[in-house]
Amino acid sequence: MLTPVADDDGAPFWEYAARGELRVQACADCGELRFPPRPCCPHCQSFGSEWRELSGRGRVWSYVVPHPPLLPDYAEQAPYNVILVELAEAPRIRLVGNLVSEAGARLDSVPPERIRIGARVRAVFTPEGLPQWVLERP
Amino acid sequence: MAVLKDATAIVGIGQTPFAKRLPQSERALACRAILAALDDAGIAPGEVDALASYTMEETDEVEVAKALGLGDLTFFSKVGYGGGGSCATVAHLAAAIASGQATVGVAWRSRKRGSGPRPWKNTTAQLPTPAQWTRPFGLLRPADEIAMLTRRYLHEYGATRDHLFNVALACRNRANQNPAAIMYDRPLTREMYMTSRWISEPLCLFDNCLETDGALACVLVSAERARDCRRPPVYVHSAAQGLPAQHHGMVNYWNDDPLTGPAWTAARHLWKHADVTPDDIDVAQIYDAFTPLIPLSLEGYGFCGRGEGGSFTEGGALEIGGRLPLNTSGGGLSEAYVHGFNLITEGVRQLRGTSTAQVPGAATCLVTAGEGVPTSALLLRN
Repeated sequence: MLTPVADDDGAPFWEYAARGELRVQACADCGELRFPPRPCCPHCQSFGSEWRELSGRGRVWSYVVPHPPLLPDYAEQAPYNVILVELAEAPRIRLVGNLVSEAGARLDSVPPERIRIGARVRAVFTPEGLPQWVLERP
Repeated sequence: MAVLKDATAIVGIGQTPFAKRLPQSERALACRAILAALDDAGIAPGEVDALASYTMEETDEVEVAKALGLGDLTFFSKVGYGGGGSCATVAHLAAAIASGQATVGVAWRSRKRGSGPRPWKNTTAQLPTPAQWTRPFGLLRPADEIAMLTRRYLHEYGATRDHLFNVALACRNRANQNPAAIMYDRPLTREMYMTSRWISEPLCLFDNCLETDGALACVLVSAERARDCRRPPVYVHSAAQGLPAQHHGMVNYWNDDPLTGPAWTAARHLWKHADVTPDDIDVAQIYDAFTPLIPLSLEGYGFCGRGEGGSFTEGGALEIGGRLPLNTSGGGLSEAYVHGFNLITEGVRQLRGTSTAQVPGAATCLVTAGEGVPTSALLLRN
């Protein structure tokens, strides 16, 4: 499986995720959340930032079901889902992820017909520290 | 921009055959396409003093200039973001010629995508750092990235797979009229579309462009010079690039409004500097790496209201004789996928009156580059 190749700006996201925390970069001056992480606030141009912990709750904004040809590790689990989650606290911030039956489960552990745009989801984390999503009402 | 309006014209176009596999190198294909375009224009290679291509073009200007015996170059430019750069190559040459930096410009694209490495074969290429937010989760290919926007588009506006089929069919029908098209002898039916295999749901096989080897080129000169060329001039009436605020290439998911992509930004500039409006456009060549880019672009370029791109395709609107004949050589979906350069050359053929699917009396043509990435567009007129 592909693992995230973090840059300086993105590294904190993955470090928090490895501890089971979903945190998003926020401007230390104006407080605006921003994603993906970057050095400067597009709202007020401040270079100060902090990492704000969020509830980990959101809704499915959209989803896809990829089929092979795919990289071998992914082809083995295909067709699987990839979802885009809009965060409850910041709907403009949408995280790409997978809807799974439980933390660490395979990418195809939830049948595509169970996925709906608008469904409420909650963040969980794999043992490797990758965020995943489970349905609030499975 | 008044400086650019109709100040330059495309006077030559050239291309190689298109095929799944061609034996020649990208460099050889590029040279053949450029020579064909110069011959079409009646201009000698030694007169070329400007070149423009894509950053993803691997045949660089040094090699091209040396191989073809071009003159001293005083302008060369490369445009980023894959298929988003196609129209900008012409726009950059137009600006260079209109501002006196060059006199004869050539833009080209040579690509061996059909026989080249498959994007999903190369793991390291999957992991530039922006991909940390998408690829580990299995959003691996452009088709997956665009399928995400497509699902939301269908959900939000009530558009259907039949609308996407209308796009695929219009392109295929035109390819069936074009002997140079890869899908020339391969008609498409609704049943074929609806029962084809998924690539990334909701996108099926026929929602995706071809994988093609081939090269194309065009030659640009000042409007004054164009009057003495071998072919009728096709004027660059307006040109634009578009990189919207807070845009993130391919996965425009972090914009306030992911369904209004770079087309909207390019369109504002394009129409602002034009004497025509969308209602005046006779034929359109709209970038079609994936079928849903067409409804998104129809909305962005103002041919219909927001959310109306799907229904716009109904009733044969995109066919010859329809409201906006589309991709009349077959486009990326059915002629060849060469990062959209074939849309430029087909726009020129329409305005010369020499298309294999000619729109009678076509006098204005919109050509666009890839939507979903920083893009560009041209308004051509004769």
